[in-house]
Amino acid sequence: MNENIISHEELAMTAPTIKISARNVDVHYDKTHAIRGVSAEIPSNSVTAFIGPSGCGKSTFLRCLNRMNDTIKNCQVSGDIMLDGEDIYDPKVDPVQLRAKVGMVFQKPNPFPKSIYDNVAYGPRIHGLARDKSDLDGIVEQALRRAAIWGEVKDRLSAPGTGLSGGQQQRVCIARAIATAPEVLLMDEPCSALDPIATAQIEELIDELRQNYSVVIVTHSMHQAARISQKTAFFHMGTLVEFGDTKTVFTNPRDPQTESYITGRIG
Amino acid sequence: MIEPNPHKSLFVASAQTKQRATAEKRFHMLGLTAIFIALSMLAILMTTIVAKGSGAFQQSFITLDVALLEAKLDKKGTRNPDNLKKVTTFGYAPLIKAAMEQIVVARGIETDLTSKDMAAIVSKSAAAQMRDRVLNDPRLIGTTTEFKFLANSWIDGYLKGRVTRETIGKNKNISSAQLDFADRLIELGIIEKSFNIQFILGADASDQRPEDAGIGVAIIGSFAMMCVVLLLALPIGVAASIYLEEFAPENRLTDFIEVNVANLAAVPSIVFGILGLAFFINMMHLPQSAPLVGGLVLTLMTLPTIIISTRAALKAVPPSIRSAALGVGASKMQTTIHHVLPLATPGILTGTILGLAQALGETAPLLLIGMIGYVATNMPETVSQGLLSPNSAMPAQIYEWAKRADPAFYERAWGGIIILLIFLVTMNLIAVRLRRRFERRW
Amino acid sequence: MLTHILILMVLALALLGFWLGKRKAILAATSLHSLPVHYASYVLLMTILPASLTLAIWSLAEAWLLHDQSLTLSTTNNTLAQTDTALKSIVVIIVAVLSLFFAMQKVSPEFRARNVVEKFILAALMVCAALAILTTVGIVVSMVFETAHFLNLHSWKDFFFGLDWSPNFHGDSALSILPLLWGTLYISCVALLVAVPVGLLSAIYLSEYASSRIRSIAKPLLEVLAGIPTIVYGLFALLTFGPFLRDLFGPEGFFAVGWMSDTRSVATAGIVMGIMLIPFISSLSDDIINAVPQSLRDGSFGLGATQSETIKHVLLPAALPGIVGAILLAASRAIGETMIVVLGAGAIARFTGNPLEALTTVTTRIVSQLTGDGDFNSPETLVAFALGLTLFALTLGLNIFALYYVRKYREQYE
Repeated sequence: MNENIISHEELAMTAPTIKISARNVDVHYDKTHAIRGVSAEIPSNSVTAFIGPSGCGKSTFLRCLNRMNDTIKNCQVSGDIMLDGEDIYDPKVDPVQLRAKVGMVFQKPNPFPKSIYDNVAYGPRIHGLARDKSDLDGIVEQALRRAAIWGEVKDRLSAPGTGLSGGQQQRVCIARAIATAPEVLLMDEPCSALDPIATAQIEELIDELRQNYSVVIVTHSMHQAARISQKTAFFHMGTLVEFGDTKTVFTNPRDPQTESYITGRIG
Repeated sequence: MIEPNPHKSLFVASAQTKQRATAEKRFHMLGLTAIFIALSMLAILMTTIVAKGSGAFQQSFITLDVALLEAKLDKKGTRNPDNLKKVTTFGYAPLIKAAMEQIVVARGIETDLTSKDMAAIVSKSAAAQMRDRVLNDPRLIGTTTEFKFLANSWIDGYLKGRVTRETIGKNKNISSAQLDFADRLIELGIIEKSFNIQFILGADASDQRPEDAGIGVAIIGSFAMMCVVLLLALPIGVAASIYLEEFAPENRLTDFIEVNVANLAAVPSIVFGILGLAFFINMMHLPQSAPLVGGLVLTLMTLPTIIISTRAALKAVPPSIRSAALGVGASKMQTTIHHVLPLATPGILTGTILGLAQALGETAPLLLIGMIGYVATNMPETVSQGLLSPNSAMPAQIYEWAKRADPAFYERAWGGIIILLIFLVTMNLIAVRLRRRFERRW
Repeated sequence: MLTHILILMVLALALLGFWLGKRKAILAATSLHSLPVHYASYVLLMTILPASLTLAIWSLAEAWLLHDQSLTLSTTNNTLAQTDTALKSIVVIIVAVLSLFFAMQKVSPEFRARNVVEKFILAALMVCAALAILTTVGIVVSMVFETAHFLNLHSWKDFFFGLDWSPNFHGDSALSILPLLWGTLYISCVALLVAVPVGLLSAIYLSEYASSRIRSIAKPLLEVLAGIPTIVYGLFALLTFGPFLRDLFGPEGFFAVGWMSDTRSVATAGIVMGIMLIPFISSLSDDIINAVPQSLRDGSFGLGATQSETIKHVLLPAALPGIVGAILLAASRAIGETMIVVLGAGAIARFTGNPLEALTTVTTRIVSQLTGDGDFNSPETLVAFALGLTLFALTLGLNIFALYYVRKYREQYE
């Protein structure tokens, strides 16, 4: 009961607090049991990586965190997922509001067929975050700066977003997610469609984003997980096998399955 | 500006979220309304067709015992067929009047009608019906024979509720005294409604006898056209698709052909009618109103549809099968004919049936080459007659009926639509069955 | 009749060639290049082709020559025709026999019969494909000539720029396309006003909102609506919908406003045509909306957009070129539609803006001018070809435009 009297500012200063906590999450698609009893606690202001062989459920679990699975028919989620202590699957919760708080970046860069400016302004516009045009301009600029792409696009904000290179597109998509002022950023293999140079830029960006957001990233590259994350979760066959500090997971895994995966024997 | 605000609870919907949720609901309802409108149009259309058309399959008949007097029909008593043929339908008409008088007396019906007015409730086709039967079987002369005559269309309409004493007004064709008379005959069971096979099998009739008109000859006309379309469009369409899909080099000519096919599929059907008139009739001097010409015009119209669906079917055959056949040393032509074509057959047939269904319902081009209803009075007897002698087609017959002034024909037009739709539904069901049965996933 | 027998004889010779060719190939059996059936088909084709070519050329020449002569001396050339037929038969048979003989000579193990036969099949396939071009050419030529003929008889200024359409039999008809075009475009606009919102929203509902069960019921039902022949819609307009409208707006109607005197009107034809176009628009838009990649929907949902916001701000803008193409295709169908307007629109050519009045269209006038009793070479009949050509040009233009849009749209997401 002690932590109740500690203010949020103090919390942010001290040891990482828990942003999202999941307890006994199960996901079914029709007859497939995709996620089995996963429990995990995701800290704020840090990068958490989900690793595991393909089809292990890491992306599915990620999509549970902002209820993106709602858009898939026949997908059933049970268990509790709390964001700041509030159950996000509570019937009173509007997923629209939740997703503004928990933004998402996808595997393939998916800019809308609009201008770069309109892409980034999309979220603030639908959520009514800007009071006027100059306010919106400010939000767009800040989001693009934070996504480290402002310098490259500031002179062609009205050009279509689809005309950029893959890495630039992905950073515009990150800016687009940031512009809705989320608290958590979910990233589903954000670098898998990019070349090594663009990947390095995005990785650098993720490290910076940690200052303001809790970042959860799904990756199939163990090296990437080791480079950028503070916490790592290893999924296998729909279960969460191991979850801990990245260093520990990679150097001294508790579970033999984790060890086999990291050393390249499975996956 | 865009700093996170962790104090906002998820459980409290902001005013804006509520507003957006309402907008969402409104849009959802809008979509639901649209689909509801579309489907209720279908329901209205179908109900109208069935409600207005089913009457055509029922017809009022008057059963009369007619004395076939030798004095009127065969004065010489020789039963010589040539002499019998000399007696025209006018010679038979008095017999009906006599039969009517007979009934009035025998059944004790009170009426002020003259025998001419009484006989008028029988269809004008009655005399011809009697004559045909007598010519077929001269032994009937001198006997009293039971005939089942069509009632005229006004009496038929009266039985079906289309004609009432209020609506006839000053109509010259029917009076309320005749309706009173008909009422008595109905009570006596002499006028009765029963199933009317003539409507499905029979020929069209003149403006004066809507009760006698049938769609049978037009069905034959449509059938003949469909045969032409099938025999021409299927092989040509499949050959063209095989060329375009499997062999055509990528050059301007191929592009040009493809653009042509795509555009022809969207050319208004009436333009094909103009082509048919100018080319097949005015230039090649093929007979007007002939199902052959109709078939040729519909072939040109259906070809793009068949080519497009056949190409889709060929495209759906995976390249691995082609590679496999080429790999064992088959030539490209052998690969296509032995392997690709058989696998694409269900798709090709489905497309062809749908193309035929489209051609079957087409009206506009047929009007221009003269296949309009009034010519459809004779059943063709041979194949070449079926193709070359003037005929109509189901939709053209329906159009012809819709244009006539007598509302009794409208019922027949709707009834014709029911028959046309039955054909179309059957064809579509076959296509669906075919698709389901051979549906294959690679 | 003799031609039939001639054709049968050539066919018999060809079958004989097939059998002989196969026999020779089998007997030669030492490592043939092709299958025996290829040699057989080669001989068959080589027998038929030169003979039928000769027959065709001869018959055409005959028709050409006799057509000129038969007008002047029909009795004297009767004998001439007989000798001609006899000569033709003999020549054709000789050609067939010679080519059969020649083909048999070629049959040997080294001869690449398969390649030759396949080349022939390929040529036949190509001819079939080229028929599409021939049809287009046929359409254009058949209409251009008669249109030129018409413009010789009638002033082009009146046709294109006159304001009156009133054909008569005194030879001073006013035949202007403008009032007809007005009717066509007005009715098409009414049809699109009905079909586009209903069709598009239905497609959106079915592809984005409906459960798979509703979809599996509603989609086939919409296809039924699309499969109904236009004559049915025409009859519905004439006998059901027109009277219904008059019962509402007619002099003795429900509203007793007397706006409508006839059952035929712009609204009668336009609204019924709109119903006909609903499934057309909805199935095209459904394809187009489904082709928008899922990643764009995910992107929008991931930002917290509602479904309707995603549709309005992401899906529809993304699908816009495709939807514009679909609407253009629908417009082209509306302009070329005949039966609904023939039965539902009326026959009065004028410029009226009142949707409850009768108007006439290009297609109805084509039908009435070409099915009337008029002399074929009078401008009143020939004008139908000029109207047809205009209609063809108009719809072709719309189609090319539409296909261009749709193609551009497809390339965007491929």
